[in-house]
Order: sequence, then structure tokens, then C-alpha cells
Amino acid sequence: MKHGYDRHFGSEKPLAFGQVYATLARLLRDGLIDLLGEQAGSGPDRKRYEITEVGRARVTAWMFTPDTPEPLLQSNLFAKTVIALLLGDDANRLLDVQRAAHMRRLRELTAAKRGADLMKILVCDHAMFHIEADLRWIDLTGARLTELQTQVTGA
Amino acid sequence: MFGATEALRGVDIEIHAGEIVAVMGPSGSGKSTLLHVLAGVLKPDSGTVVYHETDITGLNEAERSALRLSEFGFVFQFGQLLPDLNAIDNVTIPLMLAGMKRREALRQSATWLDRLGLDGHGGKLPGELSGGQAQRVAIARALVTAPKLVFADEPTGLLDSLAAENVMVTLTELARAMGTTVVIITHDPRTASYADREIIVRDGRITAGQTAEAAHR
Ligand SMILES: Nc1ncnc2c1ncn2[C@@H]1O[C@H](COP(=O)(O)OP(=O)(O)OP(=O)(O)O)[C@@H](O)[C@H]1O
Ligand SMILES: [Mg+2]
Repeated sequence: MKHGYDRHFGSEKPLAFGQVYATLARLLRDGLIDLLGEQAGSGPDRKRYEITEVGRARVTAWMFTPDTPEPLLQSNLFAKTVIALLLGDDANRLLDVQRAAHMRRLRELTAAKRGADLMKILVCDHAMFHIEADLRWIDLTGARLTELQTQVTGA
Repeated sequence: MFGATEALRGVDIEIHAGEIVAVMGPSGSGKSTLLHVLAGVLKPDSGTVVYHETDITGLNEAERSALRLSEFGFVFQFGQLLPDLNAIDNVTIPLMLAGMKRREALRQSATWLDRLGLDGHGGKLPGELSGGQAQRVAIARALVTAPKLVFADEPTGLLDSLAAENVMVTLTELARAMGTTVVIITHDPRTASYADREIIVRDGRITAGQTAEAAHR
């Protein structure tokens, strides 16, 4: 599990082993995963878990809730995209949902600039360029989803 | 449909009078084709385009051309001004085509050039104007007939951020003041942010923006 996580998301911050156990315990407690069985093996006991329906619904709800547009959104959006591909969910749709949220924010900022003084305009422009950067990433990733799908599920 | 390629399919959109709508989507997705179908330039193999209760796909070429001249205005990315005519003569073209006397056409065109911040540039040939100025002349020409609907395909495509912003502010403020409906194709999110909503075209289909945003309004 740790290895799977690290391969997709861990290039900057690999998962700590302790964190894996704590998270599994919490997911089990909340009924988001079930214990399938234990098998003795080398090292510590190997336990197998299965996601529950409630757990799967929670993942879907998280995935299709757009993030609040802000800097550093990308890492979360990247994770959502990869996980959508891993689960066979509609990655195009989550990118569309995010694009719509970003465009809405861009429209608000454009409206706020109308008749504003230059200081306000420059502050809005700063925010707008960051949102535009995200949007460019969203468009480019959208254009590369098929390729990404092959890499994510094929590796 | 072009030959074996289906450029658009299953497209169902509604644009309300006075709305400003941005059309976005990857290159080759069918945005320009959609605009040409909406404007009656291209006749779709199937489907209808209803403008004020008239199905314009049922009109013949002459009728569609008359409709475009009297009701629609067009702005394109570049190269749309006639190179041998100066700015003001370029703006008079649609008025003269509609049968207006040259003197009156020149008077109205001059007013529009002023409105677009181009006073003093009317005598210049397109080659003597900057990209942003030429685009403003094109907007003046699109608006001079007081069209009900303006179609713009990448109107800011060749401009830098500030020139693009000036063009969009001018276009949308004038359009809102006149109650003109505007359909703008653009790759640029900032240009699209002057619209009321966006429509996303992908592989000839509308994939997002339509229903969610319509419900939002
Ligand atoms: N006159 C034509 N004859 C044949 N195919 C065409 C014609 N015009 C466009 N197409 C095809 O229709 C599809 C959509 O083209 P369209 O010009 O509408 O794309 P677009 O979204 O405007 O792209 P861009 O952002 O690059 O302008 C493309 O596959 C294109 O090759
Ligand atoms: Mg095009």
C-alpha cells in the first residue's frame, strides 16, 4: 500500500509506515473499509482490506467536489485525476467540474475589476494569473488523459 | 458534416437575447464549425438552428445572407479588414451593403471609431494600425449596424494581455449597453471571463458549462 502510494504521490513526501497503520485503523473504525482476512508471512502480519460501499461513496463525493481555487490546489487536483483513472472514474468530468469553478472565480474577479482603482485591479490580476495557470494545467491534462491512463493503469 | 468527418454531433444549446457566451475547447474540437452553423454560414447535415422562431437551416443562401447582414456582426482573429481601404471605409462596408448613402455611412462610422478610442486613426490603412487598433476597427465594423447578435472567433488571439483586456472591455460594455447578444470563441480564460458563462466543446460535443451554468443563472 505504501509502495503504491509512494509511486503515484510520494515523490515529494513519501508516506510514513506509522501513518499507514493509523489511517487504516481510523478507516476501519469509521466503516469505510472492512478487514478481509489475515495471512501470516514474513515480517509483520499481512492484513487484507476491502473498501466498503460507504467508503467508495466517500471517495466519489471527495473526487467530484471542486476545490476552492487557491495556489497549491494542483497537488490535490493531480491526486484526484490519478485516482479517478485508477478507479475507472470519469477523470474528464472532474476536470470539467474544476474548470467551471475556476471560470466562475475568474468571472467574479473580472467583474470586481470594473471601475476599480488600479491597486485593486492589480491585486485581482495577480489572482487571475494564478487561476489561469491552473486552467492551463487542467486543459493540458485533459488533452493527455488517454496517455496518462495508460501510464497509471499499465505500470 | 464534412466528408467522412462529423464535426459536430448531439449539440443542443440555447443562447438567450442579451447574453454574452464564451465557447471554449481544444483546437479542432469544433468551435468554429459551431459558430458557422449558428451564424447560418454552414448548413448542418441534420439538426436545426432557431433564431427568433425561424429555423435558419430552412432558409436559402440569399435569405441567410440577408439575415447575416441585417442581424449579425462578425469579428475574427485577424486579416478581416480589407487591406486597400482605410479604417473608416472598412467600417462603412456593412452600412453601404445595406443600402445606406456614403455620406451618412461615413458619419456613423466616425462615431463608432470615436467610441472605440480610434479618433484620428480613420484615415489609416489596416497595415498602418497596430493589432489592437485593427481589432477595434473590426469591432466597430461588427457593431456599426447595431446587430442583434455578434459572433467573434478568437478576437483577442493575437493581442497581449492589456490590449486583449481593452478590446474585451470595449466589446462587452458596448454590447451590454445595446443589449446585443455575443458569442465569443476563445482559448483564453481571461477573455472568456468577460462572458456570462462558458460552453465547452470537446470532440464536436458540448461537454460542460451549459446546464450547470444555465441553472446557476
Ligand atoms: N471546411 C472544412 N472541411 C473539412 N473539415 C473541416 C472543415 N473545417 C473544419 N473541419 C474539421 O472539423 C473539425 C472541427 O474544426 P473547427 O475549425 O471547428 O475547430 P476549432 O475548435 O475551431 O479549432 P481551433 O481552436 O484550432 O480553431 C476539425 O477536425 C477540422 O479538421
Ligand atoms: Mg477555430
